[in-house]
Amino acid sequence: MTGQPADPPARVSTSSDRLQRLLALVPYVVSRKVVGLSETAAAFGVSERELVDDLNMLWCVELRAPDPYCPIDLSYEGGEIEVSQAESIDRPLRLGVDEASALLVALRMLAEVGQVAPAPGPAEGSALSRTIAKLETAAGEAAAPSAQVAVQVDRHAERSVAAKLREALAAGRRVHLSYYVPGRDEATERDVDPMRLLVVEGRTYLEGWCRRAEGVRLFRLDRVLAVEVLAAAAEVPTEAEPVDVDSGLFRPSPTDLRVVIELSPYGRWVAEYYPCEEVTELGEGRLRVILRTPDGEWVRRLALRLGEDGHVVGPAEVVADVRREASAALAQYGTAGAGGSPVSPGEVS
Amino acid sequence: MSKRKTERLLSLVVCLLSSQRYLTATQIRAAVPGYPDSFDAFKRMFERDKEELRELGIPLDMGSNGPLDEELGYRIPRQRYVLPDIRLEPDEAAVLALAARVWRRAELAGAAAGALLKLRAAGVEAEETGQPGIEPRLTGEAAFGPLWEAVRDRRPVTFAYRAVGRSEPQQRRLEPWGVVNRHGRWYVAGHDQVRQAVRVFRLSRIEGRVEFSGPRGSVSVPDGSDVRELVAEWDTQPAERHTAALKIRAGTGFGLRRWATRERAGSDGWDLVDVPFSDLSWFAEHLASFGADVAVSEPADLRDAVITRLKGALA
Repeated sequence: MTGQPADPPARVSTSSDRLQRLLALVPYVVSRKVVGLSETAAAFGVSERELVDDLNMLWCVELRAPDPYCPIDLSYEGGEIEVSQAESIDRPLRLGVDEASALLVALRMLAEVGQVAPAPGPAEGSALSRTIAKLETAAGEAAAPSAQVAVQVDRHAERSVAAKLREALAAGRRVHLSYYVPGRDEATERDVDPMRLLVVEGRTYLEGWCRRAEGVRLFRLDRVLAVEVLAAAAEVPTEAEPVDVDSGLFRPSPTDLRVVIELSPYGRWVAEYYPCEEVTELGEGRLRVILRTPDGEWVRRLALRLGEDGHVVGPAEVVADVRREASAALAQYGTAGAGGSPVSPGEVS
Repeated sequence: MSKRKTERLLSLVVCLLSSQRYLTATQIRAAVPGYPDSFDAFKRMFERDKEELRELGIPLDMGSNGPLDEELGYRIPRQRYVLPDIRLEPDEAAVLALAARVWRRAELAGAAAGALLKLRAAGVEAEETGQPGIEPRLTGEAAFGPLWEAVRDRRPVTFAYRAVGRSEPQQRRLEPWGVVNRHGRWYVAGHDQVRQAVRVFRLSRIEGRVEFSGPRGSVSVPDGSDVRELVAEWDTQPAERHTAALKIRAGTGFGLRRWATRERAGSDGWDLVDVPFSDLSWFAEHLASFGADVAVSEPADLRDAVITRLKGALA
């Protein structure tokens, strides 16, 4: 299932973290000669008080033999840190395998994304390859295992669409989108003020202020039928809140339908693809899932796609809708289930 | 880690890094404050401290200063401790800051933050630019952590895996070669010890814990094996192309018309549309999702598959 809600540590918090921080702190100051307390605290993700505790601990380090001495001397008077004696810890510890891999895999992913959504101008691709090369050199042996993790970005999105959107973003221009909404199987036309591009769960999205909906919306690039960069400047209202990508793209609203579906072992993919509010094992590989969606028509389409591998149990109006539509579809083949009257899909909000 | 322990370890690192010579346990005990008086208690604590330093990636050498030294000593070789010089241009530092955010939602978030900290400590100014751009994210998966460790340390693993359509998970034994995120989903590829063949597994279908089942270094990855390629092959639809002749109600079926090779108006408000497909069962499910707006004329096996789906939805 997607979306471990596990809160990503903005700053690491296992037991050995403080030692790592202390070892990085001295070279951080040394390489900058003088640096402010608040700026340093922000860079290390700690409060100023914690930072001062760290500095005091460093200052107090004492070696007793052969002759007693204090190897580190520093001051932070007037909010400015200065290290006058750093002894042997004036340089940071080399990167570990996990650290080197985390950055290298991410940089290579960015390079992949650049292939799918090329930045205007050659600058970014070249910065990426230069950074990767420098990091590989600096990491040395620790860089090797990163080759065993790879990221491949979905290339279904049209390269030209992505390129145009990046161009609009760089130039701060409004775009006109023809956008396919599969839940309703319709093509829509709208003007959007682009905010940024996101690549989440392997798909590329445009985040922007949709002038039709008057809200922040995400548009999947592989559903953009056409894009035109307009002459008008993008005007993203100040109240436009960017989607918090780190807590998942899709958040249910309390007014959403609460849909209960029972899945066969072949229908379990639903629990992997869609964020479920609840997943219950029913035995023999069967699952009951609860999904939240504003879109009853989307559920009907999902149920028809699943066939015998998934049955909507509730709400009742969706169950009835699925049966009605399946009967109408079967009637076209002159097959059992005929008698259901043809329906026209109602407008869904 | 208690404050006292942090203090002790910090002193130990400074002490071992400063010394050109190997220091014996006795010398270390004399120099570093915070160790207990009893020699046995000291030895136990010192053993744990050494392990702790190794886990942080701090290289610890053991050796003697000359043939006359009877007791082995320790030191941290500065050359292997220090991160080599790295200077980044502003545009390079900007992509680095972006890269460090990729793992925010996933297992290596802490490692990425730690790496960035060290690079900043080396003088790199990895600040985020205000420039609107592109924000990629990798998603987390419970099995990623242990599988990455297994790949990194070359250890075999066992786990319970539920393949598509299986009513019960099966126990698998795998020599993992690599972990791949393809189109947003995590996979592991390697040598399946039971099947004696190369296999690919999707991490979201692993149930329960991934356990190590052999020592570090006991997995060898064959030269020239490309895990990316293995996963791509496993995931790719058969390349065979067919064409479906469809009737689509006028004004509907945009999702199909997008891919049409031929489209013409029919009678009674229906259009006749030819759409290519490769995987029959996937395409049948897709067509079924359009309900009464779409009907298959040909081929017959596709038509039957759609009818089966629709009947299934009524069952």
